[in-house]
Amino acid sequence: MSDMWAAIPPRGRIVLAMLLALLLVAPAVLDRYLMSVLILIFYFAFVGQAWNIMMGYAGQLSLGHALYAGLGGYVAALLWFYFGIGPWIGVFAGVAVAAAFGAVIGWLGFRFGIQGVYFALLTIAFAEFTRIAFDNMAFTGGPSGLFLLYDEHRAGEWWNLRGGPMLFYYLGLILAAGGALLTAWLSRSRLGYQWLAVREDQEAALSLGVGAFRAKMIAVLISASMTAIGGVFLAFYNNSLFPSQAFEIGRSIEIILAPVIGGLGTIFGPIIGAFILTPLGETLIALTAKFGLDLPGTKAVFYGLTLMIIITLRPDGVWPWLKRLLGLELKP
Amino acid sequence: MTALLKVDGISKRFRGLVAVDRLSFEVPQGSIFAVIGPNGAGKTTLFNMIAGVFAPDGGTISFAGERIDGLTPDKVCQRGIGRTYQIVRPFPALSVEDNVIVGALLHRPRVADARIHALDVLRRLDLFGKRAQRASSLTLPDRKRLEVARALATDPKLLLLDEVMAGLRPTETDRIVSILRDLNRDTGLTILLIEHVMRAVMALAGQILVLNHGKPIAQGVPREVVQDRAVIDSYLGAEALS
Repeated sequence: MSDMWAAIPPRGRIVLAMLLALLLVAPAVLDRYLMSVLILIFYFAFVGQAWNIMMGYAGQLSLGHALYAGLGGYVAALLWFYFGIGPWIGVFAGVAVAAAFGAVIGWLGFRFGIQGVYFALLTIAFAEFTRIAFDNMAFTGGPSGLFLLYDEHRAGEWWNLRGGPMLFYYLGLILAAGGALLTAWLSRSRLGYQWLAVREDQEAALSLGVGAFRAKMIAVLISASMTAIGGVFLAFYNNSLFPSQAFEIGRSIEIILAPVIGGLGTIFGPIIGAFILTPLGETLIALTAKFGLDLPGTKAVFYGLTLMIIITLRPDGVWPWLKRLLGLELKP
Repeated sequence: MTALLKVDGISKRFRGLVAVDRLSFEVPQGSIFAVIGPNGAGKTTLFNMIAGVFAPDGGTISFAGERIDGLTPDKVCQRGIGRTYQIVRPFPALSVEDNVIVGALLHRPRVADARIHALDVLRRLDLFGKRAQRASSLTLPDRKRLEVARALATDPKLLLLDEVMAGLRPTETDRIVSILRDLNRDTGLTILLIEHVMRAVMALAGQILVLNHGKPIAQGVPREVVQDRAVIDSYLGAEALS
C-alpha cells in the first residue's frame, strides 16, 4: 500500500487528497439533484473500473457487462423482496451468481480460443439470453419489473440500504475509491503484469511461462464480482429492476464508456471518464426535457458523438493527456 | 556430458508436407548447439515442437530426463526452456523493464524481487540504459536483445534462439555473440540456436546439426560440417569455403 502512495508524484498526492476531501464534504452544500448526479458518477466510475480490469488490463473485450450488474441487482433484490434478507448478505449471493456466469463465459471463451470480437459476441449473447429469461420468469416480475417498496418504518435502516441520498453518496464514494485502490494494487502485482503480457501478446506471454488461461479467468471473476456489487448498489438505489433496462446492450455500452473515454488500462481513466460523461448526459436530459425534445435514444446519440469526438482527439483517452497537462507524470 | 535435451524420432506433417521427418539428436548439458539449413528445412517447426507450440505427430522430446512433448508453451517454459521468436514479439506498450519483469516473475512471486533480477539481466544485455523506454520505440537490434533478455529472465536451463542475429549488422552480431558466449561460460546455460548467419554459428557453436527437408544431412563440429559435401551442395554453396 505504501509503495502505491509513493508511486504518485507529490503534486498528484496534493490534487488527490484535495479532491477526496472535497468529495467528502460536498454533501453539506449540494442539493438533491447534484447529489444524484454524483451518485451516478460514482456508480459508473466503479463499474467502469471493473470493466477496465478485464479490457484495459487483461485485454478481454466484454460487451455484456450489464449481465453481471443485472444479476447482482436481481439476486440481492429478490432475496430482499421474498425473504427479507438484507443486501449486505444478498450482495454475496449476487456476486456468487455473477461470478458463476463469468466463469462459464470465460471458460467457454478462453478454453476454446474464442478471442477479440468473437469473445465480445459471446458476452453479448449471454446478456441477451439472460434478458429474455428474466422477461419470461414470473417470480422476477417478468417484463413489468421488480419493485422494492419503500417502507416508511424501514427508512434509515442503512444496513439494509434503506436510506436517502446521503447513504448512497458515501457508499458510492467508498465503492469508487475502493475500486480504484483495488485496481492500483492488482496492477502492481504479479497478476497485473501477467494481464498486461496477455493483453499485449498472448503467445509471447505463454512462452514466458505465463498461465494465460488462469490470468484471464481471474480477470473475468474479479470484474464480474465488482460489477455485481455495483448492480446491487444501483438496484437498491433505484428500488426497481426491469429486464430490458438491466441487461440490454445499451446498459453494457454505458458501463464501458467511462473507461474508454477516460483511458483504458489506467487507474484514473474510468473516474475521469465518469466525471466527464455522466454530468454531460444528465445536463442533456435536463435540457431536452425542458425544451420538449426528449426523444428516446437522444442520450445514446449524444454518447456516440462524445465518444467519436474524444477518441478522435485523444485516442488513449483523456487521463493520459490530462496527466501530462497537469505535470502529474512520475519522472523515471 | 549428459544430454539436457533429447529429441527422439520426432515428425511433423502439415497437410501433405513433411516438415520434420523422424529427427533425432541430443543437446549436451552446457553446450551451444546450432541448427542450420535452408529455408523450409523444418528448423522453426522443430523449435515450435520443443517449445510446445504444437505437439509432434510422432516421437518424443525429453528435457532433463522428463518428457515434454505435448506440454503447452507455458508449461515448457516453467520446466526451464526459454525461447525467442524469429519475428520479435515484445510487449509493445510496456517499458523495456516491464517486458523483462514479466519473465522474471515466473520464479519470483514478488514484483520487487523480479525487478532486481530484470535489471541484472538488462545490464547483461546492454539494455539497462534503455529500461524506461517503451518496447515499441526500440530499434531492431535492441528488440532482438530484449527478446533474449525476456527469455533469460525466466531462468531457463536451455535457451532456444530463433535467428536472433538475422537482420543485424556484423558489429551487432558480434555483440550478441559475445553476450551469449559469456552467458554460456559464466552460468553454464545451454543454448540451442537456429541461425543463418554463419559468422555467428562458427563463433559460437560447439556442435552443428544441418537440416534439409526435415532430415539431418550432417552433424558435427563446425569445422567438419562446413567441409561436408552435402551441406555445401544443399545450403552453404561453394563460396562459403572461400
